[in-house]
Amino acid sequence: MVQKRIKSVILSGCEASAEGAIRAGCKFYAGYPITPQNRFPEYMSVRMPEEGGVFIQAESEVSAINMVFGASAAGVRAMTSSSSPGISLKQEGISYLAGCELPAVIINMNRGGPGLGDVTPSQSDYFQSTRGGGHGDYRTITLAPWNVQETYDLTYLAFILADRYRNPVLVLADGMIAQMMEPVKLFPWKKQIPKKRWALTGCKGRRPNSIKSLFLTPGVLETHNWKIARKYQKIIENEQLYHTYMCNDIDLLLVSFGTCARICFEAITLARAQGIKAGLFRPVTLWPYPSEHLKRIAEKVKKILVVEMNCGQMVEDVKLAVRNDVHIFFYGRPGGGVPAPEEILKEIKRI
Amino acid sequence: MLQKTEKYLYRKPESLTDNITIYCSGCGHGIIHRIIAEVIDELSVREKTIGIAPVGCAVLAYDYFNFDVTEAAHGRPPAVATGIKRCLPDRIVFTYQGDGDLAAIGTAEIIHAAARGENITVIFVNNGVYGMTKGQMAPTTLLGQRTTTTVKGREPYQHGFPIRVCELLATIEGAYYIERTKIDSIPDIIKTKRAIKKAFTYQIEKRGFSLIEVLSTCPTNWKKTPAESMEWVRTEMASFFPPGVYKDKGVAV
Repeated sequence: MVQKRIKSVILSGCEASAEGAIRAGCKFYAGYPITPQNRFPEYMSVRMPEEGGVFIQAESEVSAINMVFGASAAGVRAMTSSSSPGISLKQEGISYLAGCELPAVIINMNRGGPGLGDVTPSQSDYFQSTRGGGHGDYRTITLAPWNVQETYDLTYLAFILADRYRNPVLVLADGMIAQMMEPVKLFPWKKQIPKKRWALTGCKGRRPNSIKSLFLTPGVLETHNWKIARKYQKIIENEQLYHTYMCNDIDLLLVSFGTCARICFEAITLARAQGIKAGLFRPVTLWPYPSEHLKRIAEKVKKILVVEMNCGQMVEDVKLAVRNDVHIFFYGRPGGGVPAPEEILKEIKRI
Repeated sequence: MLQKTEKYLYRKPESLTDNITIYCSGCGHGIIHRIIAEVIDELSVREKTIGIAPVGCAVLAYDYFNFDVTEAAHGRPPAVATGIKRCLPDRIVFTYQGDGDLAAIGTAEIIHAAARGENITVIFVNNGVYGMTKGQMAPTTLLGQRTTTTVKGREPYQHGFPIRVCELLATIEGAYYIERTKIDSIPDIIKTKRAIKKAFTYQIEKRGFSLIEVLSTCPTNWKKTPAESMEWVRTEMASFFPPGVYKDKGVAV
């Protein structure tokens, strides 16, 4: 495909995601300061007004997500960003967005937890992101970039998916991607914003619209939940993304996402240099989890090493995906620890 | 159809639907809904109005108002209103909130919406009790008042003092118009309508944040008849929450 040459610019993960959102047609951002995503609201405070959009520094994470709820209800592409403790606070709003079938994009620059934790990179919000996070029977699409370029790209995709399925979409990165600066190609995208007939814009020329997640009549909520469950099934069928590296001829498969996958990439290069046939499977969508694809690739191996910056949350999804006789090992660094490629190589040799 | 010489003196406002409300006999919500609907009709803004329903008895407001309405999480209507109004500045956006919604779980949201001077209208219905959950203490429950969580009466150093919202918000620079009214008599209902109309008019004129607190009734949870409830508003509530204009930047002092 012939593409016009696009110059690279140097951006941090926060800036790349914010710029990606703006170029995706996002016109509303509300946020609250929390490390390590502070660059996000700072960047938006300058860029949003330049693009005719709205920036609000909210009084709380809870207010920020509810402002996003309002903007989304008004038919506008809207987003917020935060880091782990802040995302916990936003879960109320995310549940309402899912219940009301409103599109929105939420960026999580994951830091160590539980509680206030620390401000270093972590992947400890895997369960929270992929299992719903708030109350009720719902799911959020979760995209996990592994570098700054992909943070830019996936933020755009997040808006497309949010509108396509009328559901909140999370981009789960971490404190490393948030603050790390890398060259990014700012591909120009088509701002394909679908017509939103359900939006609240005033009832001129039509019957009044209402947005709600409350269904008190017995059975109505049950029907509604089955309806969104069918939608989730469609998402599972259509939206799985993954990436493989050196998986053609393998004895050992590493499964890892985000920053950790990038470190595994390096570890595999080291292992291959020593004659160890290791390969990488990297889920890009953490929900829907690319289970069938992992299963297919795992047919070739007897051992899988899952590497995460947490205590092994994704191990569950790997176990659900692959056949029972595959030995699954785990190497992890919770609480803000970041493994070095040599550490992972050592683990590869040990198992 | 009416003949040319005839004219309607009284009918259902276009801004109300034909749905039957869930409200109890003697509840103030019906009166306040009707006032809002009449005002919106009179200002000819029904087709560009977006309402935000609270969590509480008025949670089903989208079934009663004949214009666009969204729900909001408990206490969050001012944040939701902010999102809508900032994206659609020429629409008329109002929140309808009870005392638990606005003065307990949503205290931060209302204070900061006022501080930002959001050009929205807030209708704050104060009946001193959590009605939908069957009568627990609200932030505006009067001292000594019995509720299901203050069975011996509200005791200040156990349950806290009631919060006067208008007085509090009037100290905020960003607030443009703050008034407290009540609905225990025809003149007071007329006054309430005048205040609500002024608040919407200010929004149309892009003047900023308005809040009208309406002292209202909850006969079911107060264990009173509708008539006794009106009397309670007139005497007990109005003496702790004095009606009046607390701030009006549109009037030269």
